[in-house]
Amino acid sequence: MNIVVLVKQVPDSGAERTLSAGDNTVERSSANNVINEMDEYAIEEALKIKEAHGGEVTVLTMGPERATESIRKALSMGPDKAVHITDEALHGSCAVATSKVLAAALGTLNADLILCGAESTDGRVQVMPHMLAERLGVAALTGARKLTVDGSQLTAERQTDEGYEVVTAATPAVVSVWDTINEPRYPSFKGIMAAKKKPVQTLTLAELGVAADEVGFAGATSAVVEFAKRPPRSAGTKITDEGAAGEQLVAYLAAEKFV
Amino acid sequence: MAEVLVVVEASQASGVKKVTLEMLTIARTLGSPSAVVFGDAAALAGKLGEYGAEKIYAASGDDVENYLVAPKATAVAELIRSVQPAAVLLGSTQEGKEIAGRLAVKLDNGLLVDAVEVAADGTATQVVFAGSTIVKSKVTKGLPIITIRPNSVTPAPQPATPAVEQLTVAVTEADKLTKVVERVAEQKGSRPELSEASIVVSGGRGVGNADNFKLVEETADLLGAAVGASRAAVDSGYYPHQFQVGQTGKTVSPQLYLALGISGAIQHRAGMQTSKTIVAVNKDPEAPIFELADFGVVGDLFKVVPQANDEIRKRK
Repeated sequence: MNIVVLVKQVPDSGAERTLSAGDNTVERSSANNVINEMDEYAIEEALKIKEAHGGEVTVLTMGPERATESIRKALSMGPDKAVHITDEALHGSCAVATSKVLAAALGTLNADLILCGAESTDGRVQVMPHMLAERLGVAALTGARKLTVDGSQLTAERQTDEGYEVVTAATPAVVSVWDTINEPRYPSFKGIMAAKKKPVQTLTLAELGVAADEVGFAGATSAVVEFAKRPPRSAGTKITDEGAAGEQLVAYLAAEKFV
Repeated sequence: MAEVLVVVEASQASGVKKVTLEMLTIARTLGSPSAVVFGDAAALAGKLGEYGAEKIYAASGDDVENYLVAPKATAVAELIRSVQPAAVLLGSTQEGKEIAGRLAVKLDNGLLVDAVEVAADGTATQVVFAGSTIVKSKVTKGLPIITIRPNSVTPAPQPATPAVEQLTVAVTEADKLTKVVERVAEQKGSRPELSEASIVVSGGRGVGNADNFKLVEETADLLGAAVGASRAAVDSGYYPHQFQVGQTGKTVSPQLYLALGISGAIQHRAGMQTSKTIVAVNKDPEAPIFELADFGVVGDLFKVVPQANDEIRKRK
C-alpha cells in the first residue's frame, strides 16, 4: 500500500505562542518548532499498516525551509522518504489555499492512503482532510480512534459526542486520526542515523503548477484583522484545608449562585 | 433582509443542541435566520422557531444521512447558490467544521472556525493559543462561513413561526464514498453534554484510579454538571477519551469549571481557560491550576470533595 502521511511543523504547544506583529501570521521564527503531536500518531499508524501489508510510507510537508528538522524527525520514526513543498510565496496561506497546494502534490504521489492527525495544535481547524477529499474526489474517514485495513477496504471507528460511528470506504482515501489510536514509537538511534540519508524531494509552486497569486497573502480567503493578548486570569482566593474546606468551597459556590 | 443559514446541530436523544440556539441568536444580528436541518425537521421546528428561525430547510433520506458529511456539504452548497445568504453559521463540532471545510472548497470561499462572537459586518472573534490570544478575523473571499464555539453567547428566544421547505439534494457518487455503517450511542446517563454544559466537574491524575472517578461523577450530578477529565487521567485509563478537556480533547467554556486533582498543565488550560469561574482542589500548593482559580483549595480531594458533596446535599 502506498501511504502518504501529512506532517505539519508547529510551534511547541507547551510554550508561549503568539502571532507576528508585522503580518498577523503564526510566529514561527522565534518559536521552538516541533512536529504537530497528532501527526506522530498518523506516522505510527502508517508504519503499522506498512508492517502488516507491505508498501511504502512518504512524509508530505508544506512549510518553510526550517520544516526540514521536523521532516528528519518524522523520517527517524521509520517512513521511507519525504516530499517538502517549500516556496516563499506560501507564507500567509489560508486553509483553502493550503489544501489546493497539498492536493496538487498528492496528485503526483498516487497514494492509496493519505494519513494525517485530526487537528494541528496551532490552528486546531480540523478541516484539511475533508478539503483534500473534496479536491481529490476520494473518501474521507475522519477522527479515527481505530482503523482496520482489509485489502482495499478501510473501516474506521470515529468518536462522536454521543458515542462513536463506524465508517467504511475503499481506497484511495484520506484518514485522520486522534491520539487514542496508537502509541507512537520513539525513534531509535539507528532510525535517527538512517533518516539523515533518506531522500527528501523539495517541490516549488511552479513545479506543482500552482500560481503564486493563488496562495499566500495574495490568494488568502480570510485574514486576521487584529490580535491582542488576552488579559491573564488572576488568582483569587486560595485556602488550605484545615478540616472544613469542603464546606467553605460550597459556601463559595453558593455565594456565586451555583448551589 | 438577507437570509443567514444556520446549519442545525441536534441529537436524537436531546433534540436541538444549545449551540444551535446560540447560532440563531447570532444570526438574528446578521440577517433573517433560516435553519438547515438534516433528518426530521418536524421534531425540531418548535424549538427552532422559538429562537427566531424564520424558515427551515430540511434535507433527509438515506443518501443524505448515511454517508459521512459530503452529502450534507453538497446540500448546503446548493442552498447557498440558490438563496445567496448573507452568511452561513455552523457549530464548532467535528461535523460542523467538516461541512464548512467542504463548502469552502466547493465555493472557493473563506472560512473561520471557533468564533465566540460575530459582529454585524461578519468580523469573527476567536480565542487562540490555549486561551492566551484574542483574534479578530474576516472572510475576504465570498460570504462569511463561520463555525461557532458552544457556550459563546446566551441564547435569547424570539418567537417566529417557520415554514418548512423540503430540499431535494442531488447527491453525487463522490459524496457517497464514505458510508456510515453503524452509529453507537454510549451510555452517559442524564448528564449534559461536555462542550455545552454550564457546569463542568473534571478529574485529573490526582483522582488516582477509575473507580475513584465516581466521586467526581457524584459532585457533577449534585451540580447538574458534565464530567470532564484531564489528559493524564484519560491516558491512565481512569476515564474515556471523549470526556477529555484540553489540547487534544474538548474545549469548554462553562459558567463554572471545577478542577479536582488537576495540576493545570498548559495543554489542559488550553481547553478550559475561558471558563467564567474556575474552582480547583489540589494537594500541591504550587500546582499551576491555582494561578487561574477564582477559588482554590489546597487539600486532599478525598477529604474535601466528600465533605463538599454532603454540604451541597444539605443545602438542596
